[in-house]
Amino acid sequence: MKWDMDFALEILPDILEAFLRYTLVITSLATLLAAVLGMVFAVIRYVRIPVLTQVTTGFVQFTRATPIPIQLFFVYYLLPDYGLTIGAVTTGVLVLGVHYACYFAEVYRGGIESIPPGQWEACTALSLPQQAVWRRVVLPQAVRKILPSLGNYVISMFKEVPFLVFISVPEMVTVARGIGGSNFRYVEPLTICGIIYLLSSYPASVAMRKLETRLEHA
Amino acid sequence: MSTPESTLPPAKDKSFIHFDDVCKQYGDLTVLDDLCIDIDAGEKVTLIGPSGSGKTTILRLLMTLETLSGGYIWVDGKPLWHQQKGDRLVPADQKHLREMRKQIGMVFQHFNLFPNMTVLQNLIEAPIRSLGRPKEQAIARARELLDSVGLAEKESAHPNQLSGGQQQRVAIARALAMDPKILLLDEVTSALDPELIAGVLGVLRELAETTDITMLIVTHEMHFARDVSDRVMMFDKGKIVEQGPPSQIFDDPEHNRTKNFLSAVLSAG
Repeated sequence: MKWDMDFALEILPDILEAFLRYTLVITSLATLLAAVLGMVFAVIRYVRIPVLTQVTTGFVQFTRATPIPIQLFFVYYLLPDYGLTIGAVTTGVLVLGVHYACYFAEVYRGGIESIPPGQWEACTALSLPQQAVWRRVVLPQAVRKILPSLGNYVISMFKEVPFLVFISVPEMVTVARGIGGSNFRYVEPLTICGIIYLLSSYPASVAMRKLETRLEHA
Repeated sequence: MSTPESTLPPAKDKSFIHFDDVCKQYGDLTVLDDLCIDIDAGEKVTLIGPSGSGKTTILRLLMTLETLSGGYIWVDGKPLWHQQKGDRLVPADQKHLREMRKQIGMVFQHFNLFPNMTVLQNLIEAPIRSLGRPKEQAIARARELLDSVGLAEKESAHPNQLSGGQQQRVAIARALAMDPKILLLDEVTSALDPELIAGVLGVLRELAETTDITMLIVTHEMHFARDVSDRVMMFDKGKIVEQGPPSQIFDDPEHNRTKNFLSAVLSAG
């Protein structure tokens, strides 16, 4: 099969549009959800609230132990039978966000446990209210330590967005497959996807490393 | 371990800090054994003794960093670890502990400054969030305190940009920013290089002379203890061996245990 440059240039705008409108947006929203929800999971597991902590732990284990495509199927195709219909893009954001929240929660937990006991004792000695202990002392310090792991998870989530093909979200790889199918040429669209992924993942990991060094010296 | 419940002990005139048969155990290990201590408001008391003798545990119990295994601690007429319910004392809830803690400040061996905040933020965080002080007022007071420990020009530095001695002086200022009635000093110079100790002790000497804060000091700096203390308590194995004014303890100790300890510490220093 030969590379057809004219065809490649013709389809590039559509693929790029799908990348910007869906792949990037879904990754960003799911990251935001994972960051917040993961924090909630981590704190619940750390402060040991009866029942709630056990339920959360069970949910986290369950979610981590099942693959994303199956979770997508469940939420998108089976929940409507129980009266809960969620749009495809929203489903994508929810499933990816909740799935990665479970990984984020573990990372946060590691970060929280890395806070020296002296910091907690200083908070007690200063009578800091519980909320300020977390918001002002523990979490800001934990975030610095865990940023590299979080960054890696975001990049890996970014690369799992194509799973949303299963629920027909028109993200980049779905669009590329569609173009391939209707023109009987798959090389150009899928190569373009690969290159776009490469060109965006690499700068992201470089930016991540820069941020890390900056936080270390802050 | 939960604080035991019991009926109210007979009312009596309690001193400012009053330990009533205080026990502390870790598993089978008894650290404090039926300890009774009375400390007056404004008194500067130094606790000396070999490591493991329970000195630091006394400070940590007062700061509520360790739970009580038995007995009562009274601070300014109120039980620290208990609440009165009718004529009974029940284990205190978090709200009571938080209220009681506000009158007590502590300076730690390893400073424990918040590394994610500037020096000034370290000083204003608790007054604003715990005492509800207006920000401008907290900042003004923080600057005053930084000036008094000789670090006025360091307010925008982060702790890791300071020497150990400077960090400890910030930690002292941070504790004072809460205007505590009681200040607990737990081996505050033990982690410092020798040339940095004098600066920290200077700040504390000044504090002891010019304020009426009640101070409990655990230290191995015997000259400092002699200079600032109203009273020295010698501990061994969770009990007070002897206590008295510094001149008596350092120049004319009664017990062999004290004599041996002092000669060991002084020859090492």
